[in-house]
Amino acid sequence: MEEVDVEPAVTNIPAASSGTHLGFAWGPGDILVYETLYKCHSFITSRLEFPGTGSGDIHEVRKDEDIYSPILRKLFNESHHIFVGLQTIREDLPSKNKKPQFVSISKNYRSVIRACMEELQQVLQKWQCNMETRYVSILLAIELIWNLCEVLFIDAAPAGSLLLHLLDWVRLHKADVDEKAREVLQSESPAEHRDYWDVVGAAYVLQGRLEEARQMLVKQATLQPAARKMYKQMDTLLSKMPFYNPGGTQTLTEFDVKWRHWHEEVDRCLQDNSFASNKHLELICKILVGDEDTLLEHKDLLSTWYHFLVTRLLFCHPTVKPTELHYYAQSCLTMFLDSRSVPEPLDSILLAAFEFDIHQVIKDCSIALNNWWFVAHLTDLLDHCKLLQSHNLHFGSNLREFLLLEYASGLFTHHSLWQLAVDYFDHCPEFGRVYLELQIERVPLDTERKALKVLRICEQRQMSEQVRSICKIMAMRALRNNRLGSALSWSIRAKDAAFATLISERFLQDYCARGTFSDLDLIDNLGPAMLLSDRLTFLGKYREFHKLYGEKRFREASKLLLSLMTAKIAPRSFWMTLLTDALPLLEQKEVSHHIVRYAVYGLLLSNIKKTSKYSYLRSCNQRIFGFFSGKNNIKDVLII
Amino acid sequence: MFVARSIAADHKDLIHDVSYDFHGRRMATCSSDQSVKVWDKSENGEWHCTASWKTHSGSVWRVTWAHPEFGQVLASCSFDRTAAVWEEIVGESNDKQRGLSHWIKRTTLVDSRTSVTDVKFAPKHMGLMLTTCSADGVVRIYEAPDVMNLSQWSLQHEISCKLSCSCISWNPSSSRAHPAMFAVGSDDSNVTYGGKVQIYEYNENTRKYAKAETLMTVTDAVHDIAFAPNLGRSFHVLAIATKDVRIFKLVPMRKESTSTGPTKFEVQIVAQFDNHNSQVWRVSWNITSTLLASSGDDGCVRLWKANYMDNWKCTGILKGDGSPLTGSSGQPTAMSTVVGSSVQTSQNALNGMSAGSIAKLFAEQDSLNEPY
Repeated sequence: MEEVDVEPAVTNIPAASSGTHLGFAWGPGDILVYETLYKCHSFITSRLEFPGTGSGDIHEVRKDEDIYSPILRKLFNESHHIFVGLQTIREDLPSKNKKPQFVSISKNYRSVIRACMEELQQVLQKWQCNMETRYVSILLAIELIWNLCEVLFIDAAPAGSLLLHLLDWVRLHKADVDEKAREVLQSESPAEHRDYWDVVGAAYVLQGRLEEARQMLVKQATLQPAARKMYKQMDTLLSKMPFYNPGGTQTLTEFDVKWRHWHEEVDRCLQDNSFASNKHLELICKILVGDEDTLLEHKDLLSTWYHFLVTRLLFCHPTVKPTELHYYAQSCLTMFLDSRSVPEPLDSILLAAFEFDIHQVIKDCSIALNNWWFVAHLTDLLDHCKLLQSHNLHFGSNLREFLLLEYASGLFTHHSLWQLAVDYFDHCPEFGRVYLELQIERVPLDTERKALKVLRICEQRQMSEQVRSICKIMAMRALRNNRLGSALSWSIRAKDAAFATLISERFLQDYCARGTFSDLDLIDNLGPAMLLSDRLTFLGKYREFHKLYGEKRFREASKLLLSLMTAKIAPRSFWMTLLTDALPLLEQKEVSHHIVRYAVYGLLLSNIKKTSKYSYLRSCNQRIFGFFSGKNNIKDVLII
Repeated sequence: MFVARSIAADHKDLIHDVSYDFHGRRMATCSSDQSVKVWDKSENGEWHCTASWKTHSGSVWRVTWAHPEFGQVLASCSFDRTAAVWEEIVGESNDKQRGLSHWIKRTTLVDSRTSVTDVKFAPKHMGLMLTTCSADGVVRIYEAPDVMNLSQWSLQHEISCKLSCSCISWNPSSSRAHPAMFAVGSDDSNVTYGGKVQIYEYNENTRKYAKAETLMTVTDAVHDIAFAPNLGRSFHVLAIATKDVRIFKLVPMRKESTSTGPTKFEVQIVAQFDNHNSQVWRVSWNITSTLLASSGDDGCVRLWKANYMDNWKCTGILKGDGSPLTGSSGQPTAMSTVVGSSVQTSQNALNGMSAGSIAKLFAEQDSLNEPY
């Protein structure tokens, strides 16, 4: 497969002067560009070297705006749905059963494209604007190409059916015929309408719609009773043209014989000059016999070389085999384009399809279109049909993944479409996961809701590092804004013990300063998360202590107090506060002696400042003091 | 590609660096006017300057964001021989309403005896670590052990590279398969002094950084260097801005179990582009490492991409209005039309437009700024 060398596109940046450099910075979905001057750093001694140069502007440069179009969004959403469905088709079904499924999926994709196109057209007509015009043209081209690929590659119609499918293909993409016909039929005297013969001759006959042609001819016939015989003859010819019936009992060979017979009959009519007196009927006859020159004289009615191709095949070689197609395609293209015009990218793509060069089709489409949507989805479908593996297995699966990754990465920069991208990455076995890990970290966590959404996606895929990181970012943000409760719950979710400790400390400091806890709901419902860090456990238990105390469950409260001190969960620095809080409790008679003794001794033996101990003891009541039997004043107690 | 919007930067002198934050919602700019500005992107995509302050007593060369796990933290480096760390303080509510925020200096790193040419944070899995390189040829690695106290930084490593340093890049990979690694580039122009790119690797045993590789084939001054994000590959990719754009592949060679020295690498050159036809000053990878951008003396930014066969090509050029386009690249060609007059006619018939309007569909599109 040759490499087509395409010149890179040049984008102008409105930079002021010549001689400046352009600096840049990559962003999500764009690149920032600005004027600057680079020099070896040793040469710049002072900024005065560039006097008077204020800074220029910073320009945001983007690649394509397709993902921002609201109408295309529907295309992305619905095709995503189809894509996911396609991935889940069971591998073990025999290919015989799978082909109809693949064809059906292909048709689904195409109907989504059509729907999008129709909506766009409606919008364009309503608003009389031409902003999104290019999308209509692009979608039209895409559907044309996809349809042909479906006929040739996915459905892989054999000789006989092949022509019928191609005929459908052409009819579908030349819808102006019906419009013209409608116009003619709705007129007062259709047979006298100036477009009448164009409709009958060109539109209908060229497209092999002979029934409709006959119906139209009847109208003319009634107006010209004198020529009734001639019209009858034409009608007979038209009615007798054989069309291959794939589901019927007739073999292709039998059909071929019958067709040749008919073809000879038409030719005889021409030779006999049966229609010589009516130039219109003569023209139709020439078309029916497949006369090339006649067809080429009506390029404007055919309008495209591929219409010419299909018409020519219809009236010359209806049993054309797939392998023979490219000969006819190439020659038709050459004949149709005059010497001055050059084939356009669309023509090359269609030609490559007729040559069954799938890779060339994909390649040319990748180059010509600035959005990966089309090539990614089509290649994926073709890969499922096992059509890419005829070259090289590794090569084939790489190409599919490459294109899907490109497409999905493009979606990721969009504020809501990024969620679709996740499924695409999921179905890229080699690099999907690592691409997802890299990009999902960058999704801006504007709101908690969005952060939770991102988290859920990461948790579902066991991306533990990303989970931790996102929770940490949220925790940090909450902490900076002094939302301790939020910070704590995010730290717990991040399983970040160090941070949980830090925040618990802040809670405790807050408590010391204000005398109350904030975020009680959270602390009360910590559950097993409490065990994440010692400080956090203490926070939870300390709050529990307060609750018990508040509910006057003194015995339980005192037991908890004891455990806090013995288990060494309470930080030494906090003991003073703890015991001060506990003082009224210790004075209750329900509290057992040994607890009180432990608490007070603990205090006395600790390295808390003597003056603090002194003031504590002074505030103790007689009951506590009574434990230090024999000591009558505080000073003596303190010496212990 | 097209210019979607232009922001009046309002610095009083040349801008030397622009840096997006991790999520792409904020950016920082620094300038020869000795200040740094921080910009925030609003919901509708508009940029607002939320802070602007003097940071150094000389031109500010680079500005960079720490990972958001560490909060809102910036580092800057300057011609005044210092690097500084800044933290955003959550201000009064009326400040927020006016869309302003405050940044305070947490520390100044004064160890360098010459202009500090680059400042980069190490990958986040290494903790909060800052690296600077200077014209005096020394790379310094600082660490803030307590992320809640950004005024305490300790100089952990001081590595003498012997040649004046212009740029550093950390290997962003956090894989345990290989130790922490960074590359240093030197803009020393004397070609006889050997390779201008050095790769250093952390050694768990000695707890020091040791030189693992010198890219001897890079003999001209190096202005910028960038490791590509690692996509689970076993090898590393490094882009270099020197007299041309070069992309290297570093393949770690298998270590014997007894070897305690740094990893040996097989160095392969993956691509070399001289399209700028002049010195290349900056190189940088996009997030997925699928695109490399380079900026050169020719006043252009070029974009490079590898196809699925790993062949690299230039896929786009951004050129300042005032610069003539030299080197190999022409005008946009026939690739710009897919749909020619044939399909156009049928489409015209479909919606009644005048025939003869040619759809120039892809390149040079009008900027579709207006929301549909």
